[in-house]
Parts: sequence; C-alpha cells; structure tokens
Amino acid sequence: MTDLITPSAQLKSRKLAEKRFQWYGRGAIFASLAFLVVMVGSILYKGSGAFTTTDVAIVVDLGPEAVDPANPQDARFEKIVKDALKARFPDANKRAERRKLYGLVSNDAGFALERFVLANPDAIGTQAKVWFRASDDLDILLKGTVDRTVDESERRLSDQEIGWIDTLVADGDVKRGFNWSFFTNGDSREPELAGILSALTGSALTLLVCFLFSFPVAIMAAIYLEEFAPKNRFSDIIEVNINNLAAVPSIVFGLLGLSMLLNTFGMPRSSPLVGGLVLSLMTLPTIIIAARASLRAVPPSIREAALGMGASPVQATFHHVAPLALPGIMTGTIVGMAQALGETAPLLMIGMVAFIVDVPQSILEPATALPVQIFLWADAPERAFLEKTSAAIIVLLLFLITMNLLAIVLRRRFEKRF
Amino acid sequence: MSKTAIISANDVDVFYGEKQALNKINLDIPENKVTSLIGPSGCGKSTFLRSINRMNDLVDICRVEGSITIKGQDIYAPEVDVVALRAKVGMVFQKPNPFPKSIYENVAYGPKIHGLAKSKTDMDEIVEWSLIKAGLWKEVKDRLDQPGTGLSGGQQQRLCIARTIAVKPQVVLMDEPCSALDPIATAIIEELIDELRSNFTIVIVTHSMQQAARVSQRTAFFHLGELVESGPTKSIFTSPEDERTQNYIMGRIG
Repeated sequence: MTDLITPSAQLKSRKLAEKRFQWYGRGAIFASLAFLVVMVGSILYKGSGAFTTTDVAIVVDLGPEAVDPANPQDARFEKIVKDALKARFPDANKRAERRKLYGLVSNDAGFALERFVLANPDAIGTQAKVWFRASDDLDILLKGTVDRTVDESERRLSDQEIGWIDTLVADGDVKRGFNWSFFTNGDSREPELAGILSALTGSALTLLVCFLFSFPVAIMAAIYLEEFAPKNRFSDIIEVNINNLAAVPSIVFGLLGLSMLLNTFGMPRSSPLVGGLVLSLMTLPTIIIAARASLRAVPPSIREAALGMGASPVQATFHHVAPLALPGIMTGTIVGMAQALGETAPLLMIGMVAFIVDVPQSILEPATALPVQIFLWADAPERAFLEKTSAAIIVLLLFLITMNLLAIVLRRRFEKRF
Repeated sequence: MSKTAIISANDVDVFYGEKQALNKINLDIPENKVTSLIGPSGCGKSTFLRSINRMNDLVDICRVEGSITIKGQDIYAPEVDVVALRAKVGMVFQKPNPFPKSIYENVAYGPKIHGLAKSKTDMDEIVEWSLIKAGLWKEVKDRLDQPGTGLSGGQQQRLCIARTIAVKPQVVLMDEPCSALDPIATAIIEELIDELRSNFTIVIVTHSMQQAARVSQRTAFFHLGELVESGPTKSIFTSPEDERTQNYIMGRIG
C-alpha cells in the first residue's frame, strides 16, 4: 500500500493544479476587494467634508435706522450684513478688498438675516449676534484643503482674507456643525448651500415610474414568452431582439425618449415621468431575461402536476410556476433597477440635466437625478463642489444599498423553502 | 369494444414530428380494473398513457391520429375541453411531484380549482377522504400544514395519489409510480392500487413484470410502438401467444 503514502507524479501535479486554482480564485477576490476598498475609501475620505459645514457669527445692527419695527420685512438685510462685516473688519478699504470681505459669508446671508429677524422680532432694535453660513472658501480653509504656504498670488484666498478668518476663529466666532442643509436643500450655485434633496427626490420618482412601468410589462412578457408563446420563427426573432435590446447603449434610449416621448407625445421635458419611461426601456430586457431564466428553472414536474390535476395553463402558471420563480424575478428586477439608478446618459438626452433648485413635487415637474447631479457637480469650477461630488456618490451608494436590502427582505418573505 | 370497457383506443397513431411512436393501437381498458402496460424502454407505453389524458398536447411536435374514447366520448374531438378531461382522467407521475405547499393545500388544490367544495368543512372532508383512501391519513393527520415536500419519497407519492383522487376522477393513470421508491414503499403503493380499484379504473405503466403480475388484472405488452398482445394478466404471463411477449417475459429482450 505504498501508493497511498507516496503519491505518484501525476497525483502530485493534480494536487498542485488544484492548489494553484484556489490561489487564483483568492487572488481575484483580493484584487476586486482591494479596488472596492480604494474606491469607497477615497470617496468617503473626499466626501466626508461635505457633511460638516461652517457658520460665522457676526454682530449686526438691527437698530431703528436699519430695521423699521413696523415693517421689518422692508429692511435692506443684505446691506445690514455688509455694514456689520465692515464694522467687524474696518481694514478693508479698497473696493476689491470689501468684495472679498463680503464673500466671507454665503450669498444668502441677507435672506438668512431676514428669516432670523422675522422669526425673532425681539431682536429688532438691538445689536444681535447672528450665525451665518460661511462661504465655501472659508469652509475649505478651515477643513485644511488650502495650502497656506503657497505664494499669495497662487492662492484663491489672500493673506488679508486668511487674517480675517484667523481672527474670527481666535474670537470663537466660527463653529462647525453637521450639514443638515445638504439633505434639505436643492441644488445651488453656492457650494455651501447646495443640497442633494432635489436630486434624491428626482431619482426616487424616476425609479418609481420605471418600476411601475417595467415590472408588470416585463413579467407579463416573460410569462407569455416562456409559458404560452408557440415556439416558432417569430418567437425566436422576438427572443433575439430582447437580448439585443439589453445590449443597446443607453444613450440610444435617451434619443428615442427625446424624439418619441418629448417631441411626438409632448410629455413634459426634464420630468421623472419621461426619465422613468426611458429607463424602463433599458430595464425591460434585463427583467425579462432574468424572469424567463427563473421561470425556466422551475422544475417541469410542477407544471405537469398542475396540468395533470386539470388546472388550466393560466392556473398552472399563476398558482404554481410564477410563485416559485418570484425570488429570481425579484433579483433580476433589482439588478435592473440598480442599473437604472446609476444611469446618466439617457437622462441627459431628455433634459434631466437641468439645474434644479426646487424639490420636485410630482412626476411631471422638472427634476434631476443623483448620477446627473454628480455629473453636474463634478463639472463645477468651485473647489468646494469636489467634496459635494463625493458626498453625492455616497448618497447614491446608500440608496443602492437600501434598495438591495429591501430586495433581500422581500425575497426572504416570498421564498418558499419547501 | 367490449361492454365493460371504459377506455377504448381505435387505430391510434402517435407521431413526434416525423417519427412515429405508436402504430395502430387498438386496446380496450375495462372499468374498475387495473390494466398494466409493459414493454421495453421506448416502446411507446408511456406515450400511450399520456395520450389518454392528452398530456401529449404539451409537446408541440406531438400529433395523435385515430380515436380514443372514454365512455363513448372521443377525447380528441374538437369540442372536448382538456381541462375537464384531465379532471376525469387523473395522473400520477414517475417521480413524486407534490406542490411546494402544505400537505392540506396539495390535496385541496384540485377540488378548489374544480369548485368541488362548497365550504371549508366540505374541503376538510374531501382532504380527509382522499388521504384515507391513499393510506396516508394516519401518518400526516397531525401535520397537514407541513410542506408536502418534507415527506419521504413513498409518502410523497401517496400524497400525489391522494391529490389525484381528490377530484374523484373516473380513471387514474400511473406512469411508473414506484420506480423511484424502495421495495417497502413500493409494496404499500401496490396494496393501495389494489384497494383503489373498487372506485377507479387504473392504468399503470411499469417496468417491473412482477409488479404487473401482482397488481393488474389485465396486461398489454408494447414493443417498438406496437401493441403486441393484451389480455388477462394471468394468461399473458403464463401462456403468451406471441413469441416477442414470451421473450420479454423471459428476460430475453428489453
């Protein structure tokens, strides 16, 4: 029995091949994990800044000359803010310097003060200390993104501005906090005010339309093709076309949406309705193919059993075959929806690339979507949009994870482990 | 056609595309008896069985010529409803194939879709009757809500029989019902077939000649798509008229 102890050369090489193959597999998994870690890590690193924001406290004069107690809403709030800044830093004399001084706080400081005054009528007539959203330049300086050692002419912030900011910090007039407005605002030209809510709502509405349209249509198509359609040349052609459709570049669907939905049917431009319909053209083949595969995976004996009992083909399908295929169908649907969530190109064609400040209230209003928002922000010149871009990607990924978790929960519920 | 025949096949040809699977089959199947169809693999006995409840319709390329009548009604006549036919002619398959539902639901499914139960109590009665008839009631009465697929192979097959007889068919077709079962489960099912004979006409395809000898009163021997010989089981096994039958029974062909 020496053969069992000392393996032959052939056995040795077979064992080696097995080991080698396992290591290839591990290597592949390690490589993909490494890429994932690098990608998610860099996004988290870059995007984390967008979730904090900076506020600056400035003492404003709300005396009777500035704000009329009888008609506080008529006051020139923007001027009050500017005067307050001038009073805080009297060394800004030249016009250009003053403009930089005013730029320490966000553009909407005037509106912010108006909201403050109207909410706190008691403050009228006093010297009130009000917190304003700091401008993006101040914000990124505090976040350490600006290199102070570079020559002044190479920097966006002058020595004087940095001096003002340092003074504010030294006096305790600067505070950092969680950036709630990122989740409650729409898009804005000002990075410190820009938020994700309009894009998030747009994406949700678009996906809803996409799901409501593509799910029933795809399921019906798949069930008909798999269970009822006669197998002939015509159904072969349909099958080939569906498979081709899954591989058509998404921008083509965008063009189709532009010419058919917008130009021919006159549907509202930039709306989640059109976006959802265009995306469902993309998701349809994905869901149909997945649904057909899972219907085909149902053992034929179940079908035979039902038909042998005298169930009609429709009863056999809907009572027995479809329920068993449902988990697979749902997986395919989620894959399709996840694709749709990340799709940008077709949305550009139908005008969902617009600058949307308001949160869309219905599927007919102009909206944008998360990936388009990422595209827009990545294109923006302001430095501070860099972190917004990453933050938007984080929100998109979270959306995706939530969707997948939901799918798993639903699948668990429907799956019959008999 | 003899007087007691419930099923009667006249010049039945079955084609799969170009290939002829059955050639001019003429066979009468008597009521309330067990008829077994025997023959080597590929001889067409399963094809014939599946022609009786038109399960062959599911195969696109399958074509049936000639006529099969049940109680005088040609089942291939255009006005015949296949669904109604299959309620009258139930089928038990080779591999136990309970639905992935509870034992109760498995049995109740047929009566439900055919509207046989007017109330929950009706349904309970049908389920109990069917399970008792199938010899399964004692084993499962305390776990009717358990999945049917959790039973053993033999129990699953008896569940399938219960499911089939729950719609009170006139004929029960069995396609090698014991080929996936061990000898003990087989013995139980064979006993069951013998008991069911009083209520139903049974046609059974089997590869086991001992089984055919044990359970059936009549036997038909198929060979290469032809019906070679049919008659009382005893005479087929003891004094076959045709040489091919004799060879098969002696184990020389097949």
